[in-house]
Amino acid sequence: MNGIPILTLLTALPVVGAVIALFAGKHARTVALLTTLAGLALALLVWTKLPADGAMVLVERAAWAPSLGIEYHLGVDGLSALMLVLSAIVTLMSVDAAHRVHVRPNVYFCMVLLLEAALFGSFTALNFFHWFLYWELSLIPAFFLIRLWGGAKRAPAATRFFVYTMAGSVGLLLAFLAVFLSTGSMDFEHLTAMAATGALGQAVTAHLGPVMPWLAVGVLAGFAVKVPMMPFHTWLPDAYAEAPSPVTMLLTGAMSKMGVYGLLRIALPLFGHQIAQMRTPLLVLAVITVVMGAFASAAQKDLKRVFAYSSVNHLGYCLLGIFALAVPAAGAAVQTSQAAALNGVILQMFNHGVTAAALFWFIAMLQERSGGERGLEHFGGLRKPAPVLAGLMGIALFASLGLPGLNGFVGEFLIFRGVFPLSWVAASVSILGLLVTAAVILTVIQKVFTGPVPEKWASFPDMHGGERLAMAPVIGLMLLIGLLPQLIVGSVNPTVMNLLAHWRF
Amino acid sequence: MLMQEEVAAAFHPGNACIVSFAARVLWLIPALPMMAAGVIALLKQPQRRLSAGLAIGSLSISLVLAVMAFAHVVAGWANHVAVRETVDFTWMQVGAAHVDLGWVLDPLSAIMMVMVCFVGLLIFIYSVGYMAHDENFTRFFCFLALFAGAMLGVVISNSILLLFMNWEIVGLTSYLLIGFWYHKPSAAAAAKKAFLTTRIGDVFFLLGVVWLFAQTGTLLFYNGGGGSMEPLALGGMLATHSALGLTAAGAIALLIFAGAVGKSGQLPLHVWLPDAMEGPTPVSALIHAATMVAAGVYLVARVYPLMAAGIQPGGSTTALMVVTWVGALTAVFAALIAIAQDDIKRILAYSTVSQLGYMMAGLGLGGVAVGMFHLITHAFFKALLFMGAGSVIHGSHDEQDVRKMGGLKDKMPWTFYTYMAGMLALCGFIPFAGFWSKDGILDAGKGWEVSRWPFYLLVFGALLTAFYMTRQISYVFFGHTRSEKHAHESPAVMTVPLAILGFFATVLGLIGTPVWPWFQSFLGSSPAHFEFSALGESGMLMVSSTLVVLVGLGLGWWFYGNKSPKAEEPDALERVMPPVWVVLRNKMYVDELYGVTVIAFYWWWAQVADWLDRRVWGGAVAGVAWAFRGMAQLNRLFDVHWVDGGFDKGCEELAGGGGLLARVQSGRVQTYLRLLALAVVVLAAILIWSSRG
Repeated sequence: MNGIPILTLLTALPVVGAVIALFAGKHARTVALLTTLAGLALALLVWTKLPADGAMVLVERAAWAPSLGIEYHLGVDGLSALMLVLSAIVTLMSVDAAHRVHVRPNVYFCMVLLLEAALFGSFTALNFFHWFLYWELSLIPAFFLIRLWGGAKRAPAATRFFVYTMAGSVGLLLAFLAVFLSTGSMDFEHLTAMAATGALGQAVTAHLGPVMPWLAVGVLAGFAVKVPMMPFHTWLPDAYAEAPSPVTMLLTGAMSKMGVYGLLRIALPLFGHQIAQMRTPLLVLAVITVVMGAFASAAQKDLKRVFAYSSVNHLGYCLLGIFALAVPAAGAAVQTSQAAALNGVILQMFNHGVTAAALFWFIAMLQERSGGERGLEHFGGLRKPAPVLAGLMGIALFASLGLPGLNGFVGEFLIFRGVFPLSWVAASVSILGLLVTAAVILTVIQKVFTGPVPEKWASFPDMHGGERLAMAPVIGLMLLIGLLPQLIVGSVNPTVMNLLAHWRF
Repeated sequence: MLMQEEVAAAFHPGNACIVSFAARVLWLIPALPMMAAGVIALLKQPQRRLSAGLAIGSLSISLVLAVMAFAHVVAGWANHVAVRETVDFTWMQVGAAHVDLGWVLDPLSAIMMVMVCFVGLLIFIYSVGYMAHDENFTRFFCFLALFAGAMLGVVISNSILLLFMNWEIVGLTSYLLIGFWYHKPSAAAAAKKAFLTTRIGDVFFLLGVVWLFAQTGTLLFYNGGGGSMEPLALGGMLATHSALGLTAAGAIALLIFAGAVGKSGQLPLHVWLPDAMEGPTPVSALIHAATMVAAGVYLVARVYPLMAAGIQPGGSTTALMVVTWVGALTAVFAALIAIAQDDIKRILAYSTVSQLGYMMAGLGLGGVAVGMFHLITHAFFKALLFMGAGSVIHGSHDEQDVRKMGGLKDKMPWTFYTYMAGMLALCGFIPFAGFWSKDGILDAGKGWEVSRWPFYLLVFGALLTAFYMTRQISYVFFGHTRSEKHAHESPAVMTVPLAILGFFATVLGLIGTPVWPWFQSFLGSSPAHFEFSALGESGMLMVSSTLVVLVGLGLGWWFYGNKSPKAEEPDALERVMPPVWVVLRNKMYVDELYGVTVIAFYWWWAQVADWLDRRVWGGAVAGVAWAFRGMAQLNRLFDVHWVDGGFDKGCEELAGGGGLLARVQSGRVQTYLRLLALAVVVLAAILIWSSRG
């Protein structure tokens, strides 16, 4: 531990910002912008501190309630640092996009910053106690953001979102209760080490009987709701559609990653063996998520719902990679495939976060300019009056489609590279998702941007200077990762190797 | 056979460690047009000259570099060195595996890059005239330059991943250019159809790529013995068995071939190419005739060692047999449909599909040189035909229906004479370029020991080709004018490229005749000799194939020559064979078939997914919610009657926050928070209990 508790500061920063924003009145957005910018700078600083061996760094430990196994324990590796950067980017984008909040902006931006704090906290926590606190606390600002600033059907959507995700947490909580009861520890690193030797399973079985598979199911249920995995996703389309677009950016760009992160930080390390035994049904669910998510997206008429389901599909690839790699490593070939899949999953998390946030931002622009329209059929020919919007949104759409040269392709390629040798059936069926996603995205382009221009959109305003300036770095990032993925993989791969070395399937 | 072994012994591989300057700067060839595209993208609409200048300038430099590289390979060939120089680098490292990219300079890539640069440059210049009045002129050159860069990227790739990436970007530019006139719904639909149809092939290709990578541990084709196209890796793939009785080599080869089927418009994925004619004509010439659609053929040639892995003398492999049959069937199928089309560009599009079938069949029957030779000659004469058609369309005020044209022979002489050169080359008339390359394919087909049927199909296709082209030129150039519009010759910026291509369409075949098979020797890294006796060996075939072409031309002239029917009159063939005509006219109903199968399935399944979501998953969740409510009621009774006040009060307090939310909408939050509160209390109790012990 070096002198400055940088991770604690990182989490505290948005909390301070939130308090200031609450009292800043009309200047709340400026406060939020400055805070999120500072957050991004700090997150990038954390990213530069990553070591070459992929181990945890910037570790902070402080005794809290030792008799209860509770310790304030923070740290980052390549996975969590990337998620910090992603959360910072997405929150900044969201604040930037939310320039039309006129109703109680101070409360709005206070909530957004609290959400950022919960994200930072959950991506740095290494003890279940405060990790779970952040996990649950993130729901409260998200709930109010949907409930108070959402669309017409916001109330049921917000409630559903809240109840489902919390219901999912029950399994998590009970599972950890059992683990703590058996081992006296709630520390992720300690428990991972125990699981790697099989001591965790023995301890639990000795105390509570053969409940390990049930604990694994409980933990998986919590994350399956959050990611979401079909069929635990029914809260999602309404929540994404009814939330104001900047909030949807946060939900899909950052919060959905908490679920995938949990699978990687908690489920696989502690319950890898149990997950490996349930691998086939889990893979089936992952493939269903990929394929049916894409098909469901094809049936939607509302742009936000189209991309809500498309998000389900994209995160489905993460689930596919995670469950496919849960096999006992037998030889170098399997290890290489596991490493490829895991690298791909982590890249996909980041890429989906950036791309989906950008897409919902573009949808917000379409809504602002059309008096709130967001139906697929409500537009047409917009490329003529708004060529820059069409061009930049086109780039984001093709990134989502997985076009090489843009960010989305790299993650998907690595996931398929990893999954194919481990489960060629799952990979081959999932590839249908790539095809359907392409059909969906091209249909969106066709309906929104091509054809004759309807009279009412003849003077549809194009993106103005400020918007172009705000979007340019995002588009640049898509290109940068698409062309030079080593920028991310270089720091993620050591962590991947480190994680895989500690997991036991 | 003996002679070939001697020849191979005489040629020695180049020193892998020494990479020439030409190979080191090879990356600039695709990079320059790509960078030009990037710059043009930032230009404004009125900066037309600058955008065209950047595109043409960058491709000119690429052409110079390509010729330099080509000269280097030729010099090596003259010194009996089989040049294959690669430059590779690691793109990223995952686990212990390297994801490598790189480029290769060998006879195959050298000849292809010169062709792409040269034909591309002519079409760029032609476009300055053709697109002169288009408001999105700047954008057009941006897309064209991006296309050229990506296509050249495909050509020089030494890594199947880099090839795939460029392959997809080529697909993107094709999409953008087909839909260039995006305000036309038909163009937008055609662009989408093209992208999606080719992507069907591409997802299989992607599976092939990841399988090849997983199986061989490398993405590189050639890497000093460690590449996937080199004997060590091929042997490993042959020794691995997979589903359907195929070796891994065979299965991977077929997956990769699926990508080629999509891009090169082979059966059953040919449906997008005729629709792609919605794009501006220079696009049709460059992308959908000369280069991009030939990328599939090039891909098969590039992975030919894999396709042919384990081949026995006189035999074939599963992959090569599939390639041959798909090619031969496509050749005839598309030629039949071409007979009954009226749109000048659609006739040429079906002709392209058919000729791509010849190239594929050539690869399957005779190997890389046979297929590639037809690819190169076809690129010249088909680009010429499309640009000629563009000149006709331009000159007759955007008329594309051949039956409304006529008598253009005298009004557009430059266009006419060059078009005739292209048409005779396409028909395979001696001594035009197409004759020699088509003859090579037929010769290989005649000698194929697996089956004679591909040969018969290809001969029949040659007859059909001569027939439909005669029909087309009769309608367009001969007879009387059937339109009131006044046709005129196109400007020099369009006719000069036509003349240059016309020259090559006439003489290019001479580099690969049986007498002096330079092309074949160059690609096969063996010396070329003048061999007049070869004329005798293949003389019979030449005479008979010439006769077949003459029959086709004669039949065509007999039906259509100098008839000048009115546009409303039924077609000559329609009068003779009405049912056949209807089937051909409707393109054998393939689009309709896909409409009721693939597309219907897509929509149906989307509805199923949506219904499942709303009813089944949603219903299950509603059921769980009801169950929870029931439990909550029980819990409440339990609370009221059994639990002491303190506990109850604690619950109430914790649920207080939930009560606030519950007033907002429903009781579910409250119920749930109650459960959570209970869980927390239990947790606390257990924690306290266990910490005592």
